Amino acid sequence: MAVAARTAEDSRGASPAGEAPMPAATLIGIERVSKVYANGTVALADVDLSVGQGEFVSLLGPSGCGKSTLLRLIAGLGAPTAGRIAWPLAGNDLAHVPRGELGFVFQEPTLLPWKTVRDNVFLPLKLAGMSRREAAERIAETLRMVGLENFAAAYPRELSGGMKMRVSIARALVTQPRVLLMDEPFAALDEITRFKLNDDLLRLWEAQRWTVVFVTHSVFESVYLSSRLVVMSARPGRVSADLAIGAPYPRGEAFRTSPTYNEHCRRVSGELHRAMGEASA
Amino acid sequence: MSARPADPLEPGDRGPSLAIRVAVPVALGAAMLALWEFLVWHWQIPKFVLPAPSMIADSFLQDYPTLFASLWITFEITVAAFLIALVSGVALATLFAQSELVEMSLFPYAVILQVTPIVSIAPLILIWVGLDHIERALLILATIVAFFPILSNMTLGLKSVDHNLRNLFDLYGATRWQRLKELQFPSALPYLLGGMRISGGLALIGAVVAEFVAGSGTGTGLAWRIVESANRLQIPRMFAALLLLSLLGIGIFLALSALQLMLLRKWHESAMRRES
Repeated sequence: MAVAARTAEDSRGASPAGEAPMPAATLIGIERVSKVYANGTVALADVDLSVGQGEFVSLLGPSGCGKSTLLRLIAGLGAPTAGRIAWPLAGNDLAHVPRGELGFVFQEPTLLPWKTVRDNVFLPLKLAGMSRREAAERIAETLRMVGLENFAAAYPRELSGGMKMRVSIARALVTQPRVLLMDEPFAALDEITRFKLNDDLLRLWEAQRWTVVFVTHSVFESVYLSSRLVVMSARPGRVSADLAIGAPYPRGEAFRTSPTYNEHCRRVSGELHRAMGEASA
Repeated sequence: MSARPADPLEPGDRGPSLAIRVAVPVALGAAMLALWEFLVWHWQIPKFVLPAPSMIADSFLQDYPTLFASLWITFEITVAAFLIALVSGVALATLFAQSELVEMSLFPYAVILQVTPIVSIAPLILIWVGLDHIERALLILATIVAFFPILSNMTLGLKSVDHNLRNLFDLYGATRWQRLKELQFPSALPYLLGGMRISGGLALIGAVVAEFVAGSGTGTGLAWRIVESANRLQIPRMFAALLLLSLLGIGIFLALSALQLMLLRKWHESAMRRES
């Protein structure tokens, strides 16, 4: 997996993101996946989707479209009722994906309130059997990455909502994952904080090029962030559109105010309306 | 970090200062004692009905070696019963958390043990273990009373772990022991400490009630001093013993509250001071 990832990064380096979707090696293959809950709710029906190495894929859709369910299935938190989620680069099985290769960011910061910021970020490494001393350097570096180096000794309750979310992201990144799964991570934040975190996330992604699957219900956020945008419809959840957002990275305030951005937003908005129309029909 | 948490022992902006909060109840207590003293003198109430505070103090000064020896015995039984209840309650709750089957099978019996009035099983326990060792019977009875709040609160606490945090531990492949140590025990701590505060008071009640029923062993606890004083109509001494029991109860409560504050003040809502 590591070798293949390097190759993908190299090929991306050779041809900066253009209008055409990047032919990247499939990292996650979602194959005819359905999920039916015990109460009979069909959360997902026949979802086919493949996520390529190094892509920033957003799953966008109305509530109840199963986007969070899909993300949890990818992470192995629950099994599909039908179909499978394949990891072609890891023997087709999540069980062969090393634990630290997958980072998950929940909608809530989901921190341990009795641990300091440093110890919260240490947690995944600790669970993997690493000692505090071995991990110290990496924790410090990760906290620097998210701009929290001065808050290592603080407790979560002393932090603002945005800072808690940064800790949560640092915790997901500290294992140096190749895949980052994010479940509406910024939904509870105010818009100014959210813009800032969007920019920081993109900056980190450009530097490190993990693969991101990002669940959101915001058209603007998904267009701003993604290299590819998957629109889902609800009841049952299925893929209704799969769009490339071809604007080059790095993206910044200039992109957010550009006509191209507006154009993309309009297109995605249209697709979202169509998806919701499908659902009610 | 921007706003340092206020020291919980410092007086906050809200309400009266610490000095006033101590001074007012103390002044009220002193006034009540004075009134008591005056009324006993005024109506010439016999001392075997209601002794004056000065008489109680007198009796306390005369009998304090006996009374303190009894206090120590009651204290020992209470603390031992509390610690046994704590360890066994936490252990059983942890077992419950590992297997629903174990919980399903055992919890009803724990409830039966709890709802059966302790006085009614005291004679039985006394016959089984107490004929030669009354202290053991007292210890068992006090433990039974103190046990349930620990068990039920700890069980609730272990189950009240945040769902997403559970998932997080799943994602990182935590072992059962890691999950228990890093997630479930700390999550359950506020519940456990709440249970401990109830249980500490109950251990004392258990020790006293058991001694009332069972009588004293080789040493005599405060409860038996009360029975004995009543039989001999030494009412001032009885009041002195009562006072010591109250002080012991208050001491246990304050110690457990301090422990709670110490362990939770950094992170748990219940032990934090808010500025607004």
